[in-house]
Amino acid sequence: MSQAEVTMGSHSGLMEEPTFSVPAKKMAMWLFIIADSATFAGCLFAYGFIRNATPSWPRPFHGITNVALMTFILLTSSLTMLFGVRSAQKGDKAGAFRWTMITAVAGILFAVLHIREWLAMIEEGATLFHNPWGTPLFGSLFFSITGLHLLHVTGGVVALIAVGLRYQGGRYKADDLEITGLYWHFVDLVWMFVVPLVYLLNLAH
Amino acid sequence: MTTAEDHNSKGAKKDVIVYVCILALAGIQFLIAYQNISASQMFVRMLVVAIVEGALALLFFMHLWENRGLKWFVVIFTVAVILGLQYGWTDSFRLLDGVPWAK
Repeated sequence: MSQAEVTMGSHSGLMEEPTFSVPAKKMAMWLFIIADSATFAGCLFAYGFIRNATPSWPRPFHGITNVALMTFILLTSSLTMLFGVRSAQKGDKAGAFRWTMITAVAGILFAVLHIREWLAMIEEGATLFHNPWGTPLFGSLFFSITGLHLLHVTGGVVALIAVGLRYQGGRYKADDLEITGLYWHFVDLVWMFVVPLVYLLNLAH
Repeated sequence: MTTAEDHNSKGAKKDVIVYVCILALAGIQFLIAYQNISASQMFVRMLVVAIVEGALALLFFMHLWENRGLKWFVVIFTVAVILGLQYGWTDSFRLLDGVPWAK
């Protein structure tokens, strides 16, 4: 075996095809999404377990207007994100930046509505360790699950603004915008499960 | 219109169609919330709708549909974790019915 073959052999790992033909950065985001979906699944399972084992679970939500509006905004922000990525792939830098910023504004609007919802709950006496309608576990689970999601939305907004600005400045490419978009769609996907389990199942009839 | 522009335009149309479908499914969840059914029936119906919504978002918004290998990788790992979590339900029902302080 020649020296060249030995050298190539020892570095053959560097020449490997990317896993599933997905670039490394995108694959890293997918692995994060898989891990994070396990985190949310764990939280929602714990919620289901406790709700099932508590006979007098409270149903404090009287209206759906706020949560319906929040859902509409978040779902629409996924569409604007898709438009942003498509614009970037076409090479329309201004369009991509505009759609990304619209997505970030939708995220901010969602967070504001979310905090308004929280403040209304706190005003009624519900906190992380107290619940005026019965078991204190309701407050713990409601604030921790929705709080974890709100944390993800906040992180997503920061990421969208940072990546959008850097894309506009030429430091990032369309691929980077697409990867941020993947995260944003994931945040949207999680909300699709949080709404029915945490809000709609606890609607007062 | 060039082929790339045509492809992009078709893709954008598909995105809007999927978005409308997801929005409609979300609307169905809100309708289910007002049905006069038991909590367990409501839970099952809402969960089924949420899974369809999630699958649409995964396949078309996150473009998992276009990568067969990655699709199976994500589905198998995620479903395995979610199925693994289900072991605890029996204990949840035990707390409800099988302990001395149960109702």
